[in-house]
This record gives sequence, structure tokens and C-alpha cells, in this order.
Amino acid sequence: MHHKTLAELSAGLAAGEFSSVELTRHFLERIRAHDERLNSFITVTEEQALAQAKAADARRAAGEAGPLTGIPLAHKDIFCTLDVRTSCGSRMLDNFVSPYDATVVERLADAGMVMLGKTNMDEFAMGSSNETSYYGPVRNPWDIERVPGGSSGGSAAAVAARLTPAATGTDTGGSIRQPAALTGITGLKPTYGRCSRWGMIAFASSLDQAGPMARTAEDCALLLSGMAGFDPRDSTSAERPVDDYLAALDRPLDGLKVGLVREFMAQDGLHSGVAAATEAVLDELKRQGAEVVEVSLPHAYLSVPAYYVVAPAECSSNLSRFDGVRFGHRCDDPKDLEDLYKRSRSEGFGAEVKRRILIGAYALSAGYYDAYYLKAQQVRQLIAQDFCAAFEQVDLIVSPTAPDVAFPLGAKTDDPVAMYLQDIYTIAVNLAGLPAISIPAPAADGLPTGFQMIGNHFDEARLLNVAHRIQQATDWHEQAPEGF
Amino acid sequence: MSLSSDDVHKIAHLARLAVSDEEAEALRRDLSNILDLVEQMGAVDTSAIEPMAHPLAMNQRLRPDEVTESDRRDLYLRNAPAAENGLFLVPRVIE
Repeated sequence: MHHKTLAELSAGLAAGEFSSVELTRHFLERIRAHDERLNSFITVTEEQALAQAKAADARRAAGEAGPLTGIPLAHKDIFCTLDVRTSCGSRMLDNFVSPYDATVVERLADAGMVMLGKTNMDEFAMGSSNETSYYGPVRNPWDIERVPGGSSGGSAAAVAARLTPAATGTDTGGSIRQPAALTGITGLKPTYGRCSRWGMIAFASSLDQAGPMARTAEDCALLLSGMAGFDPRDSTSAERPVDDYLAALDRPLDGLKVGLVREFMAQDGLHSGVAAATEAVLDELKRQGAEVVEVSLPHAYLSVPAYYVVAPAECSSNLSRFDGVRFGHRCDDPKDLEDLYKRSRSEGFGAEVKRRILIGAYALSAGYYDAYYLKAQQVRQLIAQDFCAAFEQVDLIVSPTAPDVAFPLGAKTDDPVAMYLQDIYTIAVNLAGLPAISIPAPAADGLPTGFQMIGNHFDEARLLNVAHRIQQATDWHEQAPEGF
Repeated sequence: MSLSSDDVHKIAHLARLAVSDEEAEALRRDLSNILDLVEQMGAVDTSAIEPMAHPLAMNQRLRPDEVTESDRRDLYLRNAPAAENGLFLVPRVIE
């Protein structure tokens, strides 16, 4: 049952082959049996899951089921969930029980989906390996001595190991796409504003975006249909209708113009196996009638530097709310208010979060604002303009998702800058607010690799369409790790 | 860009983080490396470039000034480390 895709499970439920309760029990059992090795869940919500499954079966019996009704999923622990601990991977929120559901959680629950639990993640989504979590690292099911990527590493590992058919993730600089690539699954970061940020704990508000993680593009299309849409509670939510992602899936690719990013392929440190995997996917695109050309993003090499001003600046502001007063961790015996703030925050936040808060506070401080923050916003403009110019020539921009395969645990934890360079192909997309998908490409060194496709604003339907067509003709996305 | 330990203590105070001298030394090194990365931006002249604050050109939406939320004070106080009579408690600030 767990090898079926979300779409196949949906058909099975509709045909009465199994009930949602049976399906939910099956996945809860798998989590119990396998997650000790992976640590992909922070919280498993068995009781609520079975109650939701029962309600889904009743809804189906009443003839009111939709395509997502009764399907289990896991939410990244950055999404607020009513009456369930929402930790954001941090000691700061270890005791936080959310008083409300995030919009994304609410929408998927309204569609009848069943929440199995909350997945592990880098603390406050800051990391590319899932090693900054207060709850310990997540392990990659393809090799448990390696990282699954991050920050949505728990969601990625759980989907890859078939502990859940699908999961939500968030992507501020690559946090859906990079772990999807490193675990061999499909992950979509939608256009900025396409999915509501309400109830999604903020890291960098001009970059954060929620998206689906599953095994296939079709499954991501199903999930995104349930997640996306205008939300008046999010002041930057896009006020435009949601496309019919499923209807667009099968469109042929004749005449599609695809641009391979020249600079990304010439990047130092690009694994030769990852480059070869990218070429293999390009060959498949050509076989289906797409035209592949080279495009240039001349300022993309500055995306990591610009990001490490913009994201920390926004994070230092957003995380000022964690003051030990209204919610979250509070130190023992504060001697005055300043001591309460300082010790609560120092005890509650881990090393990487502190580093980013400090960089942000520095970049925004008097005398440095123009040199760092203003400069980064100008570079951001240049990066966005590069994409605009490229989309004058092509329909889609493609590249590897990450420069390398999954690396061993601990390999980059002592060198923050080396860790940041993991996101060298993904970060520019967030700065420009564009949608992008990572799909499995052929393995390198026996480990998964990812192929990234970047679309113009709100062109998710085309990304899912092209990804689906590739997956219909190849089996790279069907590979499963052994032992799960 | 090389920060001093003194700089680190100053920034930490701005961010309301307590940092020991030992931590400050490690942070000094890490933050200096990150700033070296960031300073690669100096490679391009941006003097004529409009700063981009946000990925989508959008105006701030306004809504009618009407009450839309019900009073859920008790629910929100449930997560407070210390609360009494509907108030958040902090150490005494006024003598």
C-alpha cells in the first residue's frame, strides 16, 4: 500500500479497495517500525489521525469525498497546528501548543486529508542538512550516515522512506527543493504569495513560501490544488485564481523552449555525476520535442551573498518576537527584564539561529544599513532582472537542484559558509519570487540527484506539466531506498 | 571584514542575546567568514539600481476597519510562561 502514489491511493479509496482508517493505520505502523532510524518525525499525532480518518470514511460514505479525502500526510513542524505542539525544530518552542491551524493546514484538513504528525526540520528552517534541529538530525533513508538535506529534511526523508505518501514543506532558499533532490522525491516551491503564509512560522517574510513534497509531479499537483489560493489573513497572499494543475499535466512538450543556466553548469564543485544526470533529463526533454538552449544569469553568482543579508535581516526582525514573555522558552529566575530577554533567547535558540540573528542585526545597524541591506536589495533587483531577460527567450529555466549528492552527517557543520553554498542553485529563485520544482534525475554514486525547473511567476501548471511528462516516460522517480 | 570580540558583544546586545567570551570568539570567526561571503556583492556597481524590497510588485491591501476576531485572550495566554489575571508577568520594571 505504501508504494502507491497519492494519486493511486486516491483511486483506491474511491474504488473502496481500502478505507482511510486502514490506510492511516498502515502508515502509522510504518512510522513506528522505521522512524527510529530516520528521526523524521518530531511528533506523531496518532489519535487525531485516526479520528480524521474515521471522519474521512464517513464523508466518503455520504458521497462527499474529494480527491484528497482520507489521504494521510505529514506537516513540517513550522506550520501551526491547533492543540498540537508546533516546535519549529527549536527548544524555544518545545512547549508551544498552537492555539490555531495555519491556513495551509486548515485547507488540507478541509479537503479531508489526515495528519499523521509533524516532521523534523532545521531549527526555524535555518539549515541545509537538518542538523540544526533541537530534536537531532534526520537521516537520509538512502544512506543513514548521510543527511537528507534541509530545512524540510524530515518531510523529505519521510516521503522517500514511504512513511507518508506526501508532506508539506517550506522553502526560503531551497528548503523544499534541495532535500527533495537529496532524497529522490519531487518537491515544488510555488511562486511567492501562491500559498498562504498565515500560521507558518516566519523566517524571512519576503522569501518564505509553502509547497508540496511527494513522490511524483501528479501528487504535487493534487496537493498544491488543495494548498494554494488567496488568503485575506496573509497580507502578501496573491489575489488571483488558482490554475487547474491536473488538467494541464498531460500537455505535450512540442515546441517547449528550455534554457539551461550556463553559469550553473560551469560552477566549481558541481559533481560530475550530477552534471551527467542533468544531461540525461535534458535528453528526455529533447526526445519529447522540447528545444534546449543555454541562458545566462550573469548575477546569480551573487545570490548567496545577497541572501545572507536579506534573510538574516528579516529573521532578526521576525525572531524578535521570541522574548520569553508571551510564549516559548523562558529562563529560570530572571533578575530583570533584560536578563529575561537575553537568557531566554540564548537558551532557546541554537547556534545557527543565533548566527543569523547576529548577522541580521549587524546588517541593519546604524552605519552599516546602506553597505549591506540596501546593497543586497539592489543585487536582488539585478538577479530578478536576469530572470526576466531569460524568460524573454525561454519558457523554463533548468539546472541541477544541488551541486552534489547527499553528504555525510557532520561534514559541513563546522563551516557555515560551506553549508550555505549547498543552496547555490536554489537561492536566486527565492530572491526573484519565482516557482521552481525539483524532480529526481538519474542517481550518482548510488545516491539520488535532483533536476530543477524554474518557471515564470505563477507558471506552476507548466512546471508540473513538464515534470509529469518526464516522469511518464522515465523511472527515476520510482527508485526507492532499500530497507524501508 | 573582520569583527572584533567587542563588535560581537555589541551586536549581541542589540539582538538581546547573552554571549559568553568563549562564544564570542567562535562567533567572531564565523560571522567574519559570513561577512566575507556577503562582501562579494562589492563586485558589481549598483549605484543606479532601484532596491528590491519584495518579489512581487504589490500594494499593501487594506480592509474595512471592522472587528473580525473574537476575544480569545485565555486561549492565547495558555502558552505564556507566566500569566495572571489576563496579564503577562515579567520581572518588576518600576520600583
